[in-house]
Amino acid sequence: MVTRLSFLGVIARVFMWAFLLALAVVVVYPLLWMTLNGFKTNAELFGDPFALPLDWSFGNYVKAWNRGVSDYLTTSVLVTLTSTVATVFISAWAAYGLTRVDIPLNKTLTAVILGGLMLAPTVALVPLVKLFQAMGLYNTFWALLILYTAFRIPFTTFLIRAYMIDLPREVDEAAEMDGAGRWTAFWRIILPMCKPILTSTVLLHILFTWNEYLFAMIFTSGSGVQTLPVGLTSLMSKHGTEYPVVFAGMVIAALPVVLLFFLGQRYIVKGLADGIGK
Amino acid sequence: MRATLRRTLGLAWVVPALVLVGVFVYLPLVQNLQFSTLKWDIYSGSQEYVGLDNYTKLVDDPVFWSSLGNNALYAVVSIVFQVFGALLLAALIEGVRSQRWQRALRAIYFIPSAISLTVAGLLFYFIYEPNLGPLNHALRAVGLGELAQAWLGQESTAMSSIIAMSQWQGFGYSTLLFAVAIQRIPSEIYGAAAIDGVGAVGRFFRITVPLVREMTGLMAIVTLSGAFQVFNEVMVMTAGGPNNSTQVLGTWLYRSGFVRNNFGYAAAIATVLFVITLAVAVAQLWVTRRRRVEW
Repeated sequence: MVTRLSFLGVIARVFMWAFLLALAVVVVYPLLWMTLNGFKTNAELFGDPFALPLDWSFGNYVKAWNRGVSDYLTTSVLVTLTSTVATVFISAWAAYGLTRVDIPLNKTLTAVILGGLMLAPTVALVPLVKLFQAMGLYNTFWALLILYTAFRIPFTTFLIRAYMIDLPREVDEAAEMDGAGRWTAFWRIILPMCKPILTSTVLLHILFTWNEYLFAMIFTSGSGVQTLPVGLTSLMSKHGTEYPVVFAGMVIAALPVVLLFFLGQRYIVKGLADGIGK
Repeated sequence: MRATLRRTLGLAWVVPALVLVGVFVYLPLVQNLQFSTLKWDIYSGSQEYVGLDNYTKLVDDPVFWSSLGNNALYAVVSIVFQVFGALLLAALIEGVRSQRWQRALRAIYFIPSAISLTVAGLLFYFIYEPNLGPLNHALRAVGLGELAQAWLGQESTAMSSIIAMSQWQGFGYSTLLFAVAIQRIPSEIYGAAAIDGVGAVGRFFRITVPLVREMTGLMAIVTLSGAFQVFNEVMVMTAGGPNNSTQVLGTWLYRSGFVRNNFGYAAAIATVLFVITLAVAVAQLWVTRRRRVEW
Protein backbone atom coordinates (compact mmCIF):
# COMPACT_ATOMS: atom_id res chain seq x y z
CA MET A 1 0.00 0.00 0.00
CA VAL A 2 2.72 2.40 1.01
CA THR A 3 4.83 1.56 -2.03
CA ARG A 4 1.87 1.95 -4.37
CA LEU A 5 1.08 5.35 -2.93
CA SER A 6 4.63 6.55 -3.28
CA PHE A 7 4.77 5.14 -6.81
CA LEU A 8 1.71 7.20 -7.68
CA GLY A 9 3.32 10.07 -5.83
CA VAL A 10 6.39 9.85 -8.04
CA ILE A 11 4.25 9.82 -11.19
CA ALA A 12 2.34 12.84 -9.92
CA ARG A 13 5.59 14.67 -9.17
CA VAL A 14 6.97 13.92 -12.64
CA PHE A 15 3.83 15.33 -14.24
CA MET A 16 3.89 18.35 -11.97
CA TRP A 17 7.48 19.15 -12.85
CA ALA A 18 6.89 18.55 -16.54
CA PHE A 19 3.99 21.00 -16.43
CA LEU A 20 5.78 23.67 -14.41
CA LEU A 21 8.89 23.53 -16.59
CA ALA A 22 6.87 23.52 -19.83
CA LEU A 23 5.07 26.63 -18.61
CA ALA A 24 8.41 28.26 -17.80
CA VAL A 25 9.52 27.55 -21.39
CA VAL A 26 6.29 29.07 -22.75
CA VAL A 27 7.04 32.23 -20.76
CA VAL A 28 10.76 32.48 -21.39
CA TYR A 29 11.00 31.37 -25.02
CA PRO A 30 9.15 34.37 -26.56
CA LEU A 31 11.33 36.73 -24.50
CA LEU A 32 14.47 34.90 -25.56
CA TRP A 33 13.30 34.96 -29.19
CA MET A 34 12.75 38.72 -28.92
CA THR A 35 16.26 39.23 -27.54
CA LEU A 36 17.90 37.04 -30.18
CA ASN A 37 16.03 38.79 -32.99
CA GLY A 38 17.67 42.03 -31.93
CA PHE A 39 20.93 40.52 -33.18
CA LYS A 40 19.67 39.18 -36.51
CA THR A 41 19.51 40.66 -40.00
CA ASN A 42 16.16 40.95 -41.74
CA ALA A 43 17.07 38.04 -44.04
CA GLU A 44 17.85 35.80 -41.07
CA LEU A 45 14.61 36.79 -39.37
CA PHE A 46 12.52 35.88 -42.39
CA GLY A 47 14.54 32.70 -43.00
CA ASP A 48 14.29 30.37 -40.03
CA PRO A 49 12.72 32.05 -36.98
CA PHE A 50 14.21 29.45 -34.64
CA ALA A 51 17.83 29.84 -35.79
CA LEU A 52 20.45 31.59 -33.70
CA PRO A 53 21.88 34.87 -35.03
CA LEU A 54 24.92 34.37 -37.25
CA ASP A 55 26.72 37.45 -36.08
CA TRP A 56 26.33 38.78 -32.54
CA SER A 57 26.66 42.45 -33.40
CA PHE A 58 24.94 45.29 -31.60
CA GLY A 59 24.28 47.08 -34.91
CA ASN A 60 20.49 46.92 -34.54
CA TYR A 61 20.71 48.27 -31.01
CA VAL A 62 22.81 51.19 -32.21
CA LYS A 63 20.35 51.83 -35.05
CA ALA A 64 17.38 51.71 -32.70
CA TRP A 65 19.16 54.05 -30.31
CA ASN A 66 19.87 56.56 -33.07
CA ARG A 67 16.38 56.35 -34.55
CA GLY A 68 14.60 57.80 -31.57
CA VAL A 69 14.97 55.24 -28.80
CA SER A 70 17.51 57.46 -27.01
CA ASP A 71 14.90 60.26 -26.98
CA TYR A 72 12.10 57.97 -25.81
CA LEU A 73 14.34 56.53 -23.11
CA THR A 74 15.34 59.99 -21.88
CA THR A 75 11.70 61.07 -21.69
CA SER A 76 10.72 57.82 -19.95
CA VAL A 77 13.47 58.25 -17.37
CA LEU A 78 12.56 61.89 -16.72
CA VAL A 79 8.82 61.29 -16.44
CA THR A 80 9.40 58.25 -14.25
CA LEU A 81 11.79 60.05 -11.89
CA THR A 82 9.78 63.25 -11.49
CA SER A 83 6.39 61.61 -11.15
CA THR A 84 7.74 59.05 -8.68
CA VAL A 85 9.13 61.78 -6.43
CA ALA A 86 5.96 63.87 -6.74
CA THR A 87 3.56 60.97 -6.18
CA VAL A 88 5.35 59.42 -3.24
CA PHE A 89 5.88 62.69 -1.36
CA ILE A 90 2.41 64.08 -1.96
CA SER A 91 0.92 60.71 -0.95
CA ALA A 92 3.10 60.44 2.14
CA TRP A 93 2.04 63.97 3.17
CA ALA A 94 -1.58 63.07 2.71
CA ALA A 95 -1.18 59.78 4.57
CA TYR A 96 0.51 61.60 7.45
CA GLY A 97 -2.26 64.18 7.63
CA LEU A 98 -4.96 61.52 7.51
CA THR A 99 -3.45 59.22 10.12
CA ARG A 100 -1.42 61.31 12.57
CA VAL A 101 -2.77 64.86 12.51
CA ASP A 102 -6.08 65.88 14.01
CA ILE A 103 -7.83 67.43 11.01
CA PRO A 104 -11.50 68.22 10.37
CA LEU A 105 -13.56 65.93 8.09
CA ASN A 106 -10.92 63.23 8.30
CA LYS A 107 -13.23 60.39 7.26
CA THR A 108 -14.66 62.27 4.30
CA LEU A 109 -11.24 63.32 3.04
CA THR A 110 -9.93 59.76 3.33
CA ALA A 111 -12.90 58.50 1.34
CA VAL A 112 -12.43 61.16 -1.33
CA ILE A 113 -8.72 60.48 -1.85
CA LEU A 114 -8.91 56.68 -1.70
CA GLY A 115 -12.15 56.71 -3.74
CA GLY A 116 -10.06 57.80 -6.71
CA LEU A 117 -8.89 54.17 -6.82
CA MET A 118 -12.25 53.17 -8.24
CA LEU A 119 -12.14 55.45 -11.25
CA ALA A 120 -10.82 54.23 -14.59
CA PRO A 121 -8.54 56.63 -16.51
CA THR A 122 -10.35 55.86 -19.76
CA VAL A 123 -13.52 57.43 -18.40
CA ALA A 124 -11.81 60.77 -17.83
CA LEU A 125 -10.06 60.86 -21.20
CA VAL A 126 -12.25 63.25 -23.21
CA PRO A 127 -12.56 65.96 -20.52
CA LEU A 128 -8.86 65.66 -19.70
CA VAL A 129 -7.89 66.37 -23.30
CA LYS A 130 -10.03 69.51 -23.25
CA LEU A 131 -8.62 70.52 -19.87
CA PHE A 132 -5.00 70.12 -20.94
CA GLN A 133 -5.62 71.93 -24.20
CA ALA A 134 -7.12 74.80 -22.24
CA MET A 135 -4.10 74.87 -19.92
CA GLY A 136 -1.77 74.79 -22.93
CA LEU A 137 -0.14 71.64 -21.60
CA TYR A 138 -1.34 69.25 -24.27
CA ASN A 139 1.58 67.43 -25.88
CA THR A 140 4.03 68.44 -23.17
CA PHE A 141 6.08 66.64 -20.56
CA TRP A 142 3.91 68.29 -17.89
CA ALA A 143 0.77 66.52 -19.06
CA LEU A 144 2.28 63.12 -18.34
CA LEU A 145 3.88 64.23 -15.07
CA ILE A 146 0.57 65.65 -13.77
CA LEU A 147 -1.58 62.73 -14.95
CA TYR A 148 0.73 60.00 -13.64
CA THR A 149 0.93 61.76 -10.30
CA ALA A 150 -2.77 62.53 -9.92
CA PHE A 151 -3.96 59.08 -10.98
CA ARG A 152 -1.50 57.22 -8.76
CA ILE A 153 -2.01 59.30 -5.59
CA PRO A 154 -5.04 57.24 -4.42
CA PHE A 155 -3.21 53.90 -4.67
CA THR A 156 0.05 55.22 -3.19
CA THR A 157 -1.74 57.02 -0.34
CA PHE A 158 -3.72 53.84 0.32
CA LEU A 159 -0.51 51.82 0.81
CA ILE A 160 1.36 54.40 2.89
CA ARG A 161 -1.69 55.18 5.00
CA ALA A 162 -2.21 51.50 5.86
CA TYR A 163 1.40 51.39 7.04
CA MET A 164 1.40 54.66 8.99
CA ILE A 165 -1.80 53.79 10.81
CA ASP A 166 0.01 50.87 12.46
CA LEU A 167 2.90 52.95 13.81
CA PRO A 168 2.57 53.37 17.60
CA ARG A 169 1.09 56.63 18.98
CA GLU A 170 4.04 57.00 21.37
CA VAL A 171 6.23 57.96 18.43
CA ASP A 172 4.34 61.23 17.96
CA GLU A 173 4.23 61.89 21.70
CA ALA A 174 7.97 61.38 21.99
CA ALA A 175 8.52 63.76 19.11
CA GLU A 176 6.31 66.37 20.75
CA MET A 177 8.14 66.02 24.06
CA ASP A 178 11.38 66.74 22.24
CA GLY A 179 9.74 69.91 21.02
CA ALA A 180 9.69 68.80 17.41
CA GLY A 181 6.99 70.40 15.29
CA ARG A 182 4.82 68.40 12.90
CA TRP A 183 7.12 69.18 10.02
CA THR A 184 10.23 67.88 11.80
CA ALA A 185 8.37 64.84 13.14
CA PHE A 186 7.26 63.94 9.63
CA TRP A 187 10.68 64.20 8.00
CA ARG A 188 12.88 63.00 10.84
CA ILE A 189 10.78 60.32 12.50
CA ILE A 190 7.70 59.11 10.64
CA LEU A 191 9.07 59.08 7.09
CA PRO A 192 12.22 57.07 7.99
CA MET A 193 10.03 54.56 9.83
CA CYS A 194 8.01 54.04 6.65
CA LYS A 195 11.02 53.11 4.55
CA PRO A 196 9.82 49.58 3.63
CA ILE A 197 6.45 50.72 2.30
CA LEU A 198 8.01 53.75 0.62
CA THR A 199 10.37 51.40 -1.22
CA SER A 200 7.38 49.32 -2.36
CA THR A 201 5.45 52.36 -3.57
CA VAL A 202 8.50 53.77 -5.39
CA LEU A 203 9.11 50.49 -7.23
CA LEU A 204 5.43 50.02 -8.14
CA HIS A 205 5.20 53.58 -9.38
CA ILE A 206 8.29 53.11 -11.55
CA LEU A 207 6.81 49.95 -13.08
CA PHE A 208 3.53 51.77 -13.73
CA THR A 209 5.02 54.89 -15.29
CA TRP A 210 7.59 53.07 -17.40
CA ASN A 211 4.91 50.89 -18.98
CA GLU A 212 1.93 53.28 -19.17
CA TYR A 213 0.43 53.61 -22.64
CA LEU A 214 -3.08 55.13 -22.64
CA PHE A 215 -2.18 58.64 -21.41
CA ALA A 216 1.19 58.61 -23.17
CA MET A 217 -0.47 57.80 -26.47
CA ILE A 218 -3.28 60.36 -26.21
CA PHE A 219 -1.39 63.26 -24.65
CA THR A 220 1.89 63.21 -26.56
CA SER A 221 2.95 63.11 -30.17
CA GLY A 222 6.32 63.90 -31.72
CA SER A 223 9.49 62.23 -30.53
CA GLY A 224 10.54 64.97 -28.10
CA VAL A 225 7.87 64.12 -25.54
CA GLN A 226 7.06 60.47 -26.26
CA THR A 227 7.87 57.76 -23.74
CA LEU A 228 9.10 54.29 -24.71
CA PRO A 229 5.75 52.44 -24.95
CA VAL A 230 4.47 54.95 -27.50
CA GLY A 231 7.87 55.49 -29.08
CA LEU A 232 8.14 51.79 -29.87
CA THR A 233 4.94 51.88 -31.89
CA SER A 234 6.31 54.89 -33.82
CA LEU A 235 9.54 52.99 -34.41
CA MET A 236 7.45 50.12 -35.72
CA SER A 237 5.41 52.23 -38.14
CA LYS A 238 8.35 54.32 -39.32
CA HIS A 239 10.82 51.52 -39.90
CA GLY A 240 8.26 48.80 -40.40
CA THR A 241 10.36 46.65 -42.71
CA GLU A 242 13.45 46.60 -40.53
CA TYR A 243 12.05 44.38 -37.82
CA PRO A 244 15.33 43.53 -36.03
CA VAL A 245 15.71 47.22 -35.14
CA VAL A 246 12.23 47.15 -33.60
CA PHE A 247 13.18 44.05 -31.60
CA ALA A 248 16.29 45.81 -30.34
CA GLY A 249 14.12 48.73 -29.23
CA MET A 250 11.75 46.36 -27.43
CA VAL A 251 14.66 44.82 -25.53
CA ILE A 252 15.92 48.25 -24.52
CA ALA A 253 12.43 49.09 -23.20
CA ALA A 254 11.95 45.79 -21.35
CA LEU A 255 15.36 45.26 -19.80
CA PRO A 256 15.32 48.00 -17.11
CA VAL A 257 12.00 46.90 -15.60
CA VAL A 258 12.88 43.20 -15.67
CA LEU A 259 16.11 44.00 -13.82
CA LEU A 260 14.21 46.24 -11.41
CA PHE A 261 11.76 43.43 -10.69
CA PHE A 262 14.53 40.95 -9.87
CA LEU A 263 16.36 43.45 -7.66
CA GLY A 264 13.31 44.69 -5.78
CA GLN A 265 11.14 41.57 -5.94
CA ARG A 266 10.53 41.40 -2.19
CA TYR A 267 9.21 44.98 -2.00
CA ILE A 268 7.22 44.72 -5.21
CA VAL A 269 5.45 41.57 -4.06
CA LYS A 270 4.72 43.11 -0.66
CA GLY A 271 3.32 46.26 -2.26
CA LEU A 272 1.16 44.32 -4.70
CA ALA A 273 -0.17 42.02 -1.99
CA ASP A 274 -1.00 44.89 0.40
CA GLY A 275 -2.39 46.92 -2.45
CA ILE A 276 -4.97 44.34 -3.37
CA GLY A 277 -6.20 43.17 -0.04
CA LYS A 278 -5.11 45.14 3.00
CA MET B 1 -10.68 79.37 18.57
CA ARG B 2 -6.97 78.76 18.34
CA ALA B 3 -7.60 75.04 18.45
CA THR B 4 -9.94 75.27 15.47
CA LEU B 5 -7.38 77.29 13.57
CA ARG B 6 -4.73 74.70 14.38
CA ARG B 7 -6.95 71.88 13.17
CA THR B 8 -7.75 73.72 9.97
CA LEU B 9 -4.06 74.40 9.34
CA GLY B 10 -3.50 70.66 9.57
CA LEU B 11 -5.41 70.37 6.30
CA ALA B 12 -2.29 71.63 4.53
CA TRP B 13 -0.99 68.06 4.66
CA VAL B 14 -3.87 66.79 2.55
CA VAL B 15 -4.45 69.72 0.22
CA PRO B 16 -1.91 68.84 -2.53
CA ALA B 17 -3.31 65.32 -2.90
CA LEU B 18 -6.87 66.58 -2.69
CA VAL B 19 -6.39 69.24 -5.36
CA LEU B 20 -4.66 66.90 -7.83
CA VAL B 21 -7.20 64.11 -7.38
CA GLY B 22 -10.11 66.56 -7.40
CA VAL B 23 -9.10 68.44 -10.54
CA PHE B 24 -7.70 65.59 -12.63
CA VAL B 25 -9.63 62.53 -11.47
CA TYR B 26 -13.06 63.64 -10.17
CA LEU B 27 -13.77 66.78 -12.17
CA PRO B 28 -13.31 65.07 -15.58
CA LEU B 29 -15.76 62.42 -14.47
CA VAL B 30 -18.49 64.98 -13.89
CA GLN B 31 -17.63 66.87 -17.08
CA ASN B 32 -17.80 63.64 -19.02
CA LEU B 33 -21.50 63.34 -18.21
CA GLN B 34 -22.07 66.83 -19.54
CA PHE B 35 -20.00 66.23 -22.69
CA SER B 36 -21.96 63.09 -23.45
CA THR B 37 -25.00 65.28 -24.14
CA LEU B 38 -23.18 67.32 -26.78
CA LYS B 39 -22.44 67.02 -30.45
CA TRP B 40 -18.93 68.31 -30.26
CA ASP B 41 -16.18 68.89 -32.79
CA ILE B 42 -13.00 69.44 -30.80
CA TYR B 43 -11.05 70.94 -33.70
CA SER B 44 -13.55 73.56 -34.81
CA GLY B 45 -14.78 73.91 -31.24
CA SER B 46 -18.45 73.78 -32.24
CA GLN B 47 -20.73 72.38 -29.56
CA GLU B 48 -24.41 71.66 -29.75
CA TYR B 49 -26.67 70.25 -27.04
CA VAL B 50 -28.31 67.04 -28.27
CA GLY B 51 -29.71 65.57 -25.07
CA LEU B 52 -29.53 61.81 -24.93
CA ASP B 53 -28.94 61.42 -28.68
CA ASN B 54 -25.47 59.96 -28.19
CA TYR B 55 -26.91 57.27 -25.95
CA THR B 56 -29.67 56.35 -28.41
CA LYS B 57 -27.04 56.12 -31.14
CA LEU B 58 -25.01 53.91 -28.86
CA VAL B 59 -27.85 51.45 -28.47
CA ASP B 60 -28.18 51.21 -32.26
CA ASP B 61 -24.44 50.86 -32.86
CA PRO B 62 -23.51 47.24 -33.63
CA VAL B 63 -19.80 47.95 -33.00
CA PHE B 64 -20.60 49.20 -29.51
CA TRP B 65 -22.33 45.91 -28.73
CA SER B 66 -19.58 43.79 -30.28
CA SER B 67 -17.01 45.82 -28.30
CA LEU B 68 -18.92 45.15 -25.12
CA GLY B 69 -19.08 41.49 -26.08
CA ASN B 70 -15.31 41.41 -26.64
CA ASN B 71 -14.75 42.94 -23.20
CA ALA B 72 -17.06 40.32 -21.69
CA LEU B 73 -15.20 37.52 -23.49
CA TYR B 74 -11.95 39.00 -22.23
CA ALA B 75 -13.33 38.98 -18.70
CA VAL B 76 -14.56 35.38 -18.82
CA VAL B 77 -11.33 33.96 -20.27
CA SER B 78 -9.19 36.02 -17.89
CA ILE B 79 -11.17 34.86 -14.87
CA VAL B 80 -10.75 31.25 -15.92
CA PHE B 81 -6.98 31.52 -16.48
CA GLN B 82 -5.87 34.34 -14.21
CA VAL B 83 -8.07 33.53 -11.23
CA PHE B 84 -8.86 29.81 -11.17
CA GLY B 85 -5.86 28.74 -13.25
CA ALA B 86 -3.52 30.94 -11.27
CA LEU B 87 -4.83 29.62 -7.95
CA LEU B 88 -4.25 26.06 -9.08
CA LEU B 89 -0.80 26.95 -10.36
CA ALA B 90 0.15 28.74 -7.14
CA ALA B 91 -0.88 25.66 -5.14
CA LEU B 92 1.14 23.46 -7.49
CA ILE B 93 4.22 25.63 -7.00
CA GLU B 94 3.76 25.42 -3.22
CA GLY B 95 3.93 21.65 -3.69
CA VAL B 96 7.52 21.97 -4.91
CA ARG B 97 9.77 21.00 -2.01
CA SER B 98 12.67 23.33 -2.71
CA GLN B 99 12.06 26.93 -1.61
CA ARG B 100 14.59 28.14 -4.14
CA TRP B 101 12.72 26.52 -7.03
CA GLN B 102 9.44 27.92 -5.73
CA ARG B 103 10.89 31.42 -5.79
CA ALA B 104 12.50 30.92 -9.20
CA LEU B 105 9.30 29.65 -10.83
CA ARG B 106 7.18 32.44 -9.39
CA ALA B 107 9.70 35.04 -10.58
CA ILE B 108 9.95 33.56 -14.08
CA TYR B 109 6.18 33.46 -14.49
CA PHE B 110 5.99 37.09 -13.39
CA ILE B 111 8.46 38.52 -15.95
CA PRO B 112 5.80 39.16 -18.66
CA SER B 113 3.83 41.26 -16.15
CA ALA B 114 6.86 43.45 -15.49
CA ILE B 115 7.34 44.41 -19.14
CA SER B 116 4.96 46.81 -20.82
CA LEU B 117 1.88 45.64 -22.69
CA THR B 118 3.29 47.48 -25.68
CA VAL B 119 6.38 45.26 -25.73
CA ALA B 120 4.33 42.12 -25.05
CA GLY B 121 1.78 43.10 -27.71
CA LEU B 122 4.42 43.84 -30.36
CA LEU B 123 6.21 40.61 -29.47
CA PHE B 124 3.06 38.57 -30.05
CA TYR B 125 2.25 40.55 -33.17
CA PHE B 126 5.46 39.04 -34.55
CA ILE B 127 4.80 35.59 -33.06
CA TYR B 128 1.42 35.52 -34.81
CA GLU B 129 2.84 37.04 -38.02
CA PRO B 130 1.94 34.65 -40.88
CA ASN B 131 5.36 34.61 -42.62
CA LEU B 132 8.11 35.10 -40.08
CA GLY B 133 6.13 34.17 -36.95
CA PRO B 134 7.35 31.12 -35.06
CA LEU B 135 3.78 29.97 -34.35
CA ASN B 136 3.02 29.08 -37.97
CA HIS B 137 6.55 27.73 -38.45
CA ALA B 138 6.14 25.45 -35.44
CA LEU B 139 2.73 24.23 -36.65
CA ARG B 140 4.19 23.36 -40.04
CA ALA B 141 7.17 21.65 -38.42
CA VAL B 142 4.96 19.26 -36.46
CA GLY B 143 2.74 18.49 -39.46
CA LEU B 144 -0.14 20.76 -38.50
CA GLY B 145 0.56 23.10 -41.41
CA GLU B 146 -3.13 23.38 -42.29
CA LEU B 147 -3.67 25.20 -38.98
CA ALA B 148 -1.16 27.90 -39.92
CA GLN B 149 -3.04 31.13 -40.59
CA ALA B 150 -3.02 34.92 -40.35
CA TRP B 151 -3.96 34.92 -36.67
CA LEU B 152 -4.46 38.66 -36.27
CA GLY B 153 -5.54 39.27 -39.85
CA GLN B 154 -8.88 37.47 -39.91
CA GLU B 155 -12.03 38.16 -37.92
CA SER B 156 -12.46 34.60 -36.70
CA THR B 157 -9.16 34.39 -34.80
CA ALA B 158 -8.01 37.97 -34.10
CA MET B 159 -9.80 38.53 -30.78
CA SER B 160 -8.92 35.11 -29.38
CA SER B 161 -5.28 35.65 -30.33
CA ILE B 162 -5.14 38.95 -28.45
CA ILE B 163 -6.84 37.40 -25.42
CA ALA B 164 -4.36 34.51 -25.49
CA MET B 165 -1.47 36.97 -25.42
CA SER B 166 -3.06 38.72 -22.49
CA GLN B 167 -3.21 35.46 -20.52
CA TRP B 168 0.48 34.88 -21.22
CA GLN B 169 1.20 38.38 -19.99
CA GLY B 170 -0.96 38.35 -16.86
CA PHE B 171 -1.12 34.90 -15.28
CA GLY B 172 2.19 35.30 -13.42
CA TYR B 173 0.91 38.37 -11.60
CA SER B 174 -2.11 36.65 -10.08
CA THR B 175 -0.12 33.47 -9.42
CA LEU B 176 2.32 35.51 -7.37
CA LEU B 177 -0.46 37.06 -5.31
CA PHE B 178 -2.14 33.71 -4.72
CA ALA B 179 1.22 32.33 -3.60
CA VAL B 180 1.43 35.10 -0.98
CA ALA B 181 -2.10 34.24 0.21
CA ILE B 182 -1.31 30.53 0.42
CA GLN B 183 1.87 31.19 2.38
CA ARG B 184 -0.18 33.07 4.96
CA ILE B 185 -2.07 29.87 5.76
CA PRO B 186 -0.49 28.36 8.91
CA SER B 187 1.49 25.25 7.89
CA GLU B 188 0.11 23.37 10.94
CA ILE B 189 -3.26 23.15 9.20
CA TYR B 190 -1.69 21.34 6.24
CA GLY B 191 0.39 19.19 8.60
CA ALA B 192 -2.65 18.11 10.60
CA ALA B 193 -4.57 17.27 7.41
CA ALA B 194 -1.67 15.21 6.08
CA ILE B 195 -1.54 13.23 9.33
CA ASP B 196 -5.29 12.60 9.01
CA GLY B 197 -4.55 11.06 5.64
CA VAL B 198 -5.96 13.86 3.48
CA GLY B 199 -4.23 13.74 0.07
CA ALA B 200 -2.84 16.64 -1.90
CA VAL B 201 -6.05 17.08 -3.90
CA GLY B 202 -8.14 16.99 -0.74
CA ARG B 203 -5.88 19.52 0.95
CA PHE B 204 -6.26 21.86 -2.05
CA PHE B 205 -10.06 21.76 -2.04
CA ARG B 206 -10.62 21.57 1.72
CA ILE B 207 -7.90 23.92 2.98
CA THR B 208 -6.37 26.09 0.26
CA VAL B 209 -9.52 27.01 -1.65
CA PRO B 210 -11.63 28.03 1.37
CA LEU B 211 -8.78 29.86 3.11
CA VAL B 212 -7.78 32.00 0.13
CA ARG B 213 -11.43 32.68 -0.72
CA GLU B 214 -11.07 36.38 -0.05
CA MET B 215 -8.03 36.70 -2.34
CA THR B 216 -9.98 34.80 -4.99
CA GLY B 217 -12.80 37.31 -4.70
CA LEU B 218 -10.46 40.28 -4.93
CA MET B 219 -8.53 38.81 -7.86
CA ALA B 220 -11.79 38.13 -9.71
CA ILE B 221 -12.81 41.75 -9.21
CA VAL B 222 -9.46 43.19 -10.25
CA THR B 223 -9.40 40.94 -13.32
CA LEU B 224 -12.96 41.88 -14.23
CA SER B 225 -12.23 45.57 -13.89
CA GLY B 226 -9.07 45.20 -15.98
CA ALA B 227 -10.91 43.30 -18.69
CA PHE B 228 -13.27 46.23 -19.26
CA GLN B 229 -10.41 48.71 -19.42
CA VAL B 230 -8.40 46.83 -22.06
CA PHE B 231 -6.77 49.22 -24.51
CA ASN B 232 -3.01 48.94 -24.93
CA GLU B 233 -2.67 45.44 -26.36
CA VAL B 234 -5.54 45.89 -28.83
CA MET B 235 -4.14 49.21 -30.08
CA VAL B 236 -0.70 47.71 -30.58
CA MET B 237 -1.76 44.40 -32.15
CA THR B 238 -4.77 45.21 -34.35
CA ALA B 239 -6.00 48.75 -33.51
CA GLY B 240 -9.49 47.25 -33.47
CA GLY B 241 -9.39 45.60 -36.89
CA PRO B 242 -9.90 43.65 -39.04
CA ASN B 243 -13.31 45.14 -39.79
CA ASN B 244 -13.78 46.29 -36.16
CA SER B 245 -13.80 42.68 -34.98
CA THR B 246 -11.36 43.35 -32.11
CA GLN B 247 -12.81 46.66 -30.95
CA VAL B 248 -13.27 46.91 -27.19
CA LEU B 249 -14.95 49.78 -25.35
CA GLY B 250 -11.63 51.59 -24.83
CA THR B 251 -10.53 51.43 -28.47
CA TRP B 252 -14.01 52.24 -29.78
CA LEU B 253 -14.08 55.28 -27.50
CA TYR B 254 -10.69 56.31 -28.86
CA ARG B 255 -11.72 55.80 -32.47
CA SER B 256 -15.06 57.57 -32.08
CA GLY B 257 -13.52 60.60 -30.41
CA PHE B 258 -9.98 61.00 -31.58
CA VAL B 259 -10.20 59.56 -35.08
CA ARG B 260 -13.77 60.32 -36.14
CA ASN B 261 -13.88 63.55 -34.14
CA ASN B 262 -17.12 62.69 -32.40
CA PHE B 263 -16.25 63.50 -28.80
CA GLY B 264 -19.79 63.57 -27.47
CA TYR B 265 -20.23 60.00 -28.62
CA ALA B 266 -16.89 59.03 -27.08
CA ALA B 267 -18.04 60.57 -23.81
CA ALA B 268 -21.21 58.45 -23.94
CA ILE B 269 -19.08 55.30 -24.29
CA ALA B 270 -16.99 56.54 -21.35
CA THR B 271 -20.17 56.82 -19.26
CA VAL B 272 -20.98 53.17 -19.95
CA LEU B 273 -17.43 52.25 -18.98
CA PHE B 274 -17.81 54.32 -15.82
CA VAL B 275 -20.99 52.54 -14.77
CA ILE B 276 -19.38 49.12 -15.33
CA THR B 277 -16.14 49.88 -13.47
CA LEU B 278 -18.02 51.57 -10.63
CA ALA B 279 -20.26 48.54 -10.19
CA VAL B 280 -17.18 46.32 -10.04
CA ALA B 281 -15.52 48.66 -7.52
CA VAL B 282 -18.58 48.64 -5.29
CA ALA B 283 -18.41 44.83 -5.35
CA GLN B 284 -14.79 45.06 -4.25
CA LEU B 285 -15.73 47.35 -1.37
CA TRP B 286 -18.40 44.89 -0.36
CA VAL B 287 -15.90 41.99 -0.30
CA THR B 288 -13.40 43.88 1.89
CA ARG B 289 -16.13 45.21 4.21
CA ARG B 290 -17.51 41.72 4.74
CA ARG B 291 -14.07 40.49 5.75
CA ARG B 292 -13.77 43.20 8.40
CA VAL B 293 -17.06 42.13 9.92
CA GLU B 294 -16.04 38.47 9.93
CA TRP B 295 -12.78 39.17 11.70
